[in-house]
Order: sequence, then C-alpha cells, then structure tokens
Amino acid sequence: MNFPLPDLNPVMPEILMTAFALIVLLLDLLIKKKEAVAVISIAGTAIISLSLLKTTGSTFGGMYIADGYSTFFKIIFFINVILTILISIKYIAVERVNYGEYYSLILFSTIGMMIMASASDLITLYLGLELMALSTYVLAGFIRHNLKSTESALKYFLLGAFSSGFLLYGISIVYGLTGTTDLRLIATFITERGLSGNLSLLLAIGMLTVAFGFKIAAAPFHMWAPDVYEGAPTSITAFMSVGPKAAGFAVIGRVFMIAFAAVKADWATILIPISILTMAVGNIVALSQTNIKRMLAYSSIAHAGYALLGIITANSEGISSMMNYLFIYAFMNIGAFAVIIMLRSEGIKGEDLSDYEGLSKTHPLAAALMLIFMFSLTGIPPTAGFIGKLYVFMAAINAGYTWLVIVAVIFSAISAYFYLRVVMYMYMRDPKTELPLTTSFTNGLALAVTTAAVLIIGVFPTMLVEFARAALKGF
Amino acid sequence: MANMELQWYHVLIPFLPLTGFIINILLGREVTRYKAHWFAVSSVFGSWLCALATLQDVLAGKIIDADLYTWIISGTFKVGVGFLIDPLTAVMLIVVTTCATLIHIYAIGYMHGDTGYYRFFAYLNLFTFCMLMLVMGNNFLQLYFGWEGVGLCSYFLIGYYFNKKSAADAGKKAFIVNRFGDFGFGIGVFMVFLTFGTLHYADVFANVNSIAGKTVDFLGFNVDLPTLIALLLFCGAVGKSAQIPLHVWLPDAMEGPTPVSALIHAATMVTAGVFLVARCNPIFNLSEIAMNTVAIIGALTMFFAATIAITQNDIKRIIAFSTCSHLGYMFLACGVGAYAAGIFHLYTHAFFKALLFLAAGSVIHAVHTNNIQFMGGLKKYMPITYAVFVIAGLSAGGFPGLSGFFSKDEIIWSAYASHSSVGKFVWILALAGAFFTPFYTFRLIFRTFFGEYRGGLAAEEAATHAHSSSHSSSHDSHSSGHDPHGHGSSSHGSGHDSHGGHGPHESPYIMTVPLMFLAIGAVAAGWVGIPPLLGGGNHFAHFLQPVVGHPEFHATHAEEWGVMILSTTIALIGLGLSAFMYLRKTDLPERISKQFSLLYKILYNKYYVDEFYNLTIVQPTLKLANKILVGFTDAKIIEGIVNGVPNLIGIFSQKLRRLQTGIAHHYAIFMAAGAVFIVALIILLS
Repeated sequence: MNFPLPDLNPVMPEILMTAFALIVLLLDLLIKKKEAVAVISIAGTAIISLSLLKTTGSTFGGMYIADGYSTFFKIIFFINVILTILISIKYIAVERVNYGEYYSLILFSTIGMMIMASASDLITLYLGLELMALSTYVLAGFIRHNLKSTESALKYFLLGAFSSGFLLYGISIVYGLTGTTDLRLIATFITERGLSGNLSLLLAIGMLTVAFGFKIAAAPFHMWAPDVYEGAPTSITAFMSVGPKAAGFAVIGRVFMIAFAAVKADWATILIPISILTMAVGNIVALSQTNIKRMLAYSSIAHAGYALLGIITANSEGISSMMNYLFIYAFMNIGAFAVIIMLRSEGIKGEDLSDYEGLSKTHPLAAALMLIFMFSLTGIPPTAGFIGKLYVFMAAINAGYTWLVIVAVIFSAISAYFYLRVVMYMYMRDPKTELPLTTSFTNGLALAVTTAAVLIIGVFPTMLVEFARAALKGF
Repeated sequence: MANMELQWYHVLIPFLPLTGFIINILLGREVTRYKAHWFAVSSVFGSWLCALATLQDVLAGKIIDADLYTWIISGTFKVGVGFLIDPLTAVMLIVVTTCATLIHIYAIGYMHGDTGYYRFFAYLNLFTFCMLMLVMGNNFLQLYFGWEGVGLCSYFLIGYYFNKKSAADAGKKAFIVNRFGDFGFGIGVFMVFLTFGTLHYADVFANVNSIAGKTVDFLGFNVDLPTLIALLLFCGAVGKSAQIPLHVWLPDAMEGPTPVSALIHAATMVTAGVFLVARCNPIFNLSEIAMNTVAIIGALTMFFAATIAITQNDIKRIIAFSTCSHLGYMFLACGVGAYAAGIFHLYTHAFFKALLFLAAGSVIHAVHTNNIQFMGGLKKYMPITYAVFVIAGLSAGGFPGLSGFFSKDEIIWSAYASHSSVGKFVWILALAGAFFTPFYTFRLIFRTFFGEYRGGLAAEEAATHAHSSSHSSSHDSHSSGHDPHGHGSSSHGSGHDSHGGHGPHESPYIMTVPLMFLAIGAVAAGWVGIPPLLGGGNHFAHFLQPVVGHPEFHATHAEEWGVMILSTTIALIGLGLSAFMYLRKTDLPERISKQFSLLYKILYNKYYVDEFYNLTIVQPTLKLANKILVGFTDAKIIEGIVNGVPNLIGIFSQKLRRLQTGIAHHYAIFMAAGAVFIVALIILLS
C-alpha cells in the first residue's frame, strides 16, 4: 500500500523548532552553565527563523497552511521568544530558578503558537493551543519556592482547562453542523446550505469566542490575567502578555474571517460589547493598581480591547491593522518588562509603583527608557504605540464604527493617567532610597532592540504597514 | 523647467541647523557651554553653502518637488516631509540662510558672557530649522508645522530674559495674538484639504481653477469658496506678519535680545505671511475680494505703522514699527498682483532691516539704553556703526541706487499701473509711506549719532528717577521696551562695565564685520531687480515669473518715469524735512508736538490700539475668566467634572477591583456568566 509522505516544506519551521527544543532539553543535562543553554536557544531560534522565508503552501490535506498571515505572526513569536530569553538570563538567576528546562519550555510554547497561527483546521488549532497552554502553565509556576507563582500556575491551569472545554464544545457543534473541521470547507458548507442564520452555528461561534477571549484576556474572560501576570516570573509575564495573546488573535482572525465569513455581521456584534468591556475593565481597574506588574496586566487586557477593533471591522484593512498592533505591542510591552526586571534584585522585589519614585535621578537612563515605553503604551507620537492605535482606529472609522472609536479614544485618554503616573513618579518625585539595578548585557541588548523598534516604527511606520498589508495577500 | 532629483545638499539645508540645535540643547549645559556658537554658526554657515548650491540648480532651470519621508498615509491624506524648491523657495533660502549666518556670528559678540549662551544659540538654530522647513515644504501641513515651529521659537526667544516680567509678558502676548491668526490659518488648511482632498501644493494648484466661482455654506452664509480659503489663509499671514489688526505683538517683541529682533522679527519669520500669500497666489488670484483685502490691509498697516514710528523714542520700537510698515508694502504689492515686487521687497528689506536692527543693537551695546533721548553724538564714538546705519537708513528710505529704492519703486509703480480696483487708493498711501520712512529713519539717525552725547543709561536712570517722583505712571510705556542686555552687566567683560568713565565705544569686530556684510546687501542686493527703464533687466521678476506670474500693466514709459520721480522726490523731502527738524531747528519737533498735542498723543500711544484691545478683549476676557469661569464654571462645573469624573472612575475602579477575589471558581463563574451573556445576545439578535 502506497502511503505518500505529505509535503513537509510548509511545516518545516515547526519541525526544526521541535527538534531544536528537544536538543535544548538534552543539552540541559550536559551543560552546567545555564547561560550557555540560553545563548544556544537564541542562536538556534534565530537560525530557524530564516526557514520562515521559504515556506509557503498548505499540507496534511489542508489541515496546515503556511501563508503571509501565519508568517507575520510567527515573526512576532520569534521576536517574542528571543527577547524573552534575553531578559530572562540574569533574572532567573536572581530568582534562583536557573534551570535549563526553562528555555525548552519557552520553545515548546512557541511551537504551539506557531501551529495555532498556521492551523487551517479546528483540530490542528486545538493541538497547538494546548501545547502552548501547557508549557505556559508550567512556566507560570516556575518559581517553585514561591507560593504566588505556584498559585498563579494552578489558577491558570484550572481556568485554562475550563476555557478548553468551551473550545471543544464549540468545535463539536461546528462539526455536528457541517461534518468537517476544515475552515474552508466549513465556510463552503455554511454558504451552500444557507446556514447563516442558524442558531446552533451562532452558539458555536459564541463558545469559540469564550475560549479565544480567554487566550487574549478579553473581559469577562480576563480574570486569570492579573493574578497570573503578577505571580508568574516577570520574564514569563512579558512572554505571556505577547505570545499567547498574538496567537489568540491569529486564530480569531483566521477562524472568524475564513470559516465564518458568511456571518461576519453576527460575530462582529458579539465582539463589540466584549471589546468595549475589555477596554473599560482594563483601563479602569489599572487606575487603582499599585503593583506595576498587575498594572501592566490590566494594560494588556486593555490593549486586547483596542486590537479587537481591528477584528470587528471584518475587512483586510482592519486585520492588517490588528497585526501591526500586535507587532508593535510585542516591542513596547517586553521593553517595559525589561525595565521592570532591572529593578528586581536579590532581596528587593521592585514591583511597587513607589519603587519608581525619583528613578530619573538615581538611574536616568532606565527612567528615560521607561518613559519611552509608557509613552508608547499610551499612544503618544512619535512612538510606535501611536501608530498602532492610529491604524486600528482608522480602519474602524473607515468601516463605519466611528462611535466605537470615540469610546476607544476616551478609554485611551483614561489610560494616560496610569501610564503617565509612572512617569510622574520617576520624574517629579524625589527618590526615597536608592534601589540597585540588576543590569546585564543581554537585558541591555533587549532594551536597545525594543527602544529602537518603538522609535523607528514610530517615525517610519510605512514599512511595517506595507509589510502587514502584503502579508494579507491571498488570505 | 526641468524636474530634478532631490540632492543631499538640499536635504542638509534644514537639517544642519537641527543638528546644531540637538547638540547644543543636549550638551550645552555641560559640554559646549561658551563654545556653543561653534556648532551653531558652522551649521548655519553650512546651510548657507548648501543654499548657494541649490540656487545654482534653480538658476539652471531646475525645479525639485520630492517627498523625502512619509510618516502616515491614509488614502489621499499624507503626513510627511517633502521639499519643493523653485525660484520662490530659492529666494527665501538665500534670505534666510544669509541673514541667519550673519546674525549668528553677530550674536557671538552680542550675547558674550550671557548665562544662557548655549540656550540662546540652540533656540536660534531651532528657529532656523523651522523657518527653512516652512519655506521648503511642498505641502500645507509642513507649512503649518514650520509656521507653528517658528512661532514657538519666537515665543522662547522674546521671553529669553524670562526673569523680566515685561519680557515674559511680551512673549505671551506674541503667542496669544498669533493664535487668533493661526486659528483662521488652521481652518484654511482644513478647507484646502476638504476642497481638494490633498495638501500637496502641486496637486492643489493644478486643480485650483476647478473651484473658481464655487460657493460654500460657511456659518450659514453662502460664500465664494476661493475667497473663503484665501481669507482664512490670510488670517495666519496677518498674525505672523504683524498686520492690522494683529500688529500689536511686534513692538512688544522687542523685549527679546537684538539678534532675535533682527533675524525673527525683521528678516525672516515676520515675512512668512508674505511668503504664504505669494506661495498661494493661484488661490488668491481667483478672488478679487481677497486680493483687495490683502492690498488694503497692507496699505493701511504701512501707513499707520509709519506714522506711529515718527513719535516713538525706543530705538528698537521705531525699527519694529518700520518693519510693520514695510511688511505692509509687501502685502500691498501682493494685493495688486505684483507678487514678484512683494517678494523683491522682502528680499531687500531683509538686508537693510536686519542691518538696522543689528546696528541698533551695537548702539545699545554701547550706551546700555534703548531710549534715543539719551543718545546723541555717537558718530564720533562709533564710526562703523554710524556708517552702516546711514547706509541702511538710505536704503530703507528709498534713496536712488540702493536696494530699497528699486524694490519700493517697483511696488509703488505696480500699485499705480495695476488693474486692481483699489490700486490708486493704495498707491496714494504708498506715496505717503515713501515720505514717512526716510523721515522717521533719519530722525532716529540724527537723534542717535548727531548732536551731543546725552549720557546713556546713567542719564536715563536719573531722568526716570526724577520723573517717578513727580508723575509716576504717565511715561511707563516708553521705558518698557528696554533690552535688558545692557542692564545687569555684571556678567559682561570688564570693558563694558566702566562705560561711565570714558563714554560709549565701538563694538568688537565680531559684531561690526557682519554689519559690513549686511551693508553690502543693503546697497547692492537690489541690483538684481533694476527695472528696464533704468537700463536693467529686472532679472528678479523674470526669475520668479514661473511661480508667481507677471502682472500686466498698460502704462507708458512717461508715466513710469513720472511715478519714479514723484516717489523719489517725496522720499527726499522726507529726508530733508527730517534733517531740517532734527539738525537745524532742533526746537521745532518740541513745538510741533505741543501745537498738535492731541495728534501727537494719539501717535505716541500708537492710536491707542493696545488700550482698545485691553478694554474690549483682554479685560472682559479676564473678567469673564474670573467671575464666570473661575467663580462658577471652574469651581462648580469644571472642577466638578475634573475631580468628579476621576473620582467616579476611581470608585468604579475600586469596586471593579473587588470582583478580583483571587478565588479561581469565582473567575470561572464570571467566564460562565460571559458565555451566558453571549448566548443571550445571540438569541436576542436572531
């Protein structure tokens, strides 16, 4: 019996990454110096990222697709993984959890995200999602001797399992209705059978929305985020706030735009209140936070609300603006965490807002970098954050959602309060005690890259915008 | 005209001064300090060299219209930096970079030892950058950016001595008055975008004829679209170029250091309005109402400012009113369609007016007062300053053969010969102006350099002291305009401190050499525009013709001769009368001012415009602000909102925060509730 091997070319980056993650796991046994494992992980990831350039096409009978859209997201994941490792090296030593499996877990989680971005079948999607999620649960609880960290991992796991239930429920309804899990076939089935008003279909979409909303931390499925972000190791918080969120958006974009293209209006109507609620909860609750990690957790919730505007438009302009937004968010958010990580040193947590008092006087460079990231998160030109918001808002206005943009702008104005409060603490107050900074070459490198990206994209946005647009061709 | 690619030296023109600014603002306090001028001057000098290379390109018939950098594109709306380099831009580049270079050099001497030395040069560089961006832009948005940028720098530099209340107030006044004009200008730019769907000059001007005769509903009135756009844009010009009714800020702006007055408030920034009108000439040409408005506002400003100038005693204010007046000439020219003549006058005026200011600065540097009543006899102490002052005065007064003569004659002739319906009216006013300019300029020269030295600062202090004991507040208006530079001279070199002993003395070469270069400009710059009537080719007008066109005149050579002889005679009469009154019969001015005391008082108090504004706008606004806004709206409504909304959000925030119990199954319940909400929504919708 002839059993032909499927075309492995489109899935090559994932195969290489899997092999590499396993190698890293083995190397951990051989290499004593964990910093070396980190450097190897970065180098290997960087080399494998080159394989993205050549892989296009679909394979495994259409279950898996490598196109511009997936490549764009995979670039975000690669940036995320490299920057996360850069900021981790010194940090996990300070936290006394310098174990090698840390790096392979990050790599496995990233493979999960890559599979999500490329999934053109609901089953593949579920596979990637669980791989990503399971690795991140472990990472969240990585500081074993810290109760908060283990607690956050457990919460994340329990609620994550709950959300997986919704996802599988949704998938099974779709399968029951259409007899397939292939996204394109679902779309064809819906149009051919005129299922667009079907209540069961909408119910399935609702269930999927819950599951995906959990991944991107959209309200009211966001409640895990503040606890987990605060409890998890700071480097993993940075990792989680970018990677899984971007993967979640990648999945929403592909599933909703392709499989449920016929019922655009319906899922847009579901997403609008979620987006408003997400912006409201994120921005308003962030106001009363005094822990900066927790504050950034709410900020991350709020940013998911803005990015949802791009999905709600349900056209390619909106999707590409959402992609821009996530690309920019990766840099500005990890940059902010890279500054936060510097304040953590032996015996000092450095997570409280009051730790930032007078930072401009004690550590002017760190304060200046934090200022740039806070400006960018607020959306002040000429930083990248402004560009991200501008294009998302513009897309929403062009799609006729002017009122929604007004709401978003109001919440954005509220957000200025808590972002600029950090700046105010750093620049307007006198330092109480001089905190030591934990500096390292790799963290400095991450800061240099993120700062440069935030400013360069802010001043020369057209390249990124064109890139995102081009990536959507043939989507 | 051939198109040309953007070259590196075109790009360097604005960005060199920007580099100088960045270096000095970042490193000034610790590193460059009193060497700040090295970066500042060399960057501007580099711009000048690049501007010369650019001029050569333009003279060779090249035009550059290129986008350098695009920030954001959304449909037809583009935000970015682009350069349009055509003859009009080339003229402005030469004017700006030449004056900026010479004035930067002069400032090395003038600002020597000042505590804010690096800050001064940083702002001056930033100003130069903004001004160059303004004139080089190829779209309205960049024009607006440069426009606001120069305004901001002007505000910084007027209030440079921010410890001094009058200087800080003057800065504020300039900024606020300009806001009135810029408001209209901003709406004008919006109207351009709404009408044409683009902000690029080339696209706008190519389609400009499509709006001819169209009307639009504006505030409930049906108005002609070209007229509306042109007048809104002109609002900005009125503010920036200190034309009636927004001229009041310019005299007060003399609180800034003198190099600032020369560069910003004489040679470059204030001429941006004229540049704007000339650049947008395709729009203005469509509307006779707008053109006549420009001409009449220009003519009135020219006339009234000139009459004020003859009674003032503050050396810099006299020149400031003279600037208002000459800007009026330029608008007058534009208003009758003779844009080339207006730009020609802008170009010659830059040289002789910058020279007048810098020479005045040299005088102030020597006598430490601005009041010409306490000067006199400086001819023998300061021969170089005296010589260049006379040259500048003759050029400004339109003495035959000098720069100012050719440009002013061109304007007066254009006003006479044009088809404009208000041409003859503005012509009469222009002739009157031709009388006043030499009169007040030479009054200034005679009072400053001739006669006996009347004691400088020491005498002034004695006089104000005596004055303040008898009637304290009646004369405060003329002592408010002092350049504080002279005072507080502890920071000065020891040579300046002991002026009491051996009288005033000539300024150092670092100041006088730039004066000499400007003097060459004041004499010869106008020779590029000698009219055919006098054997020249009027190359200047031909050079600008591709951009601004050429007005058609139907008048005979005899008429042209007649107008020229008439205006020259009038100018010479003005000069002669000034000499008669201030050299021969020195008691005559006093007697005249007594005889016509009402008129004198009106002129001396600048037609009470400041007082009028104070009474009708400033006071009511303040009262409104105090009584209604602070007392009621602010305390009750705004503060209610400003404090209430955050408080409300804060309370909300605290409440919402409490939902975050930290218990996992509570979170699961919220997720389930969310799912129920979605299902409910679906059922409701379907």
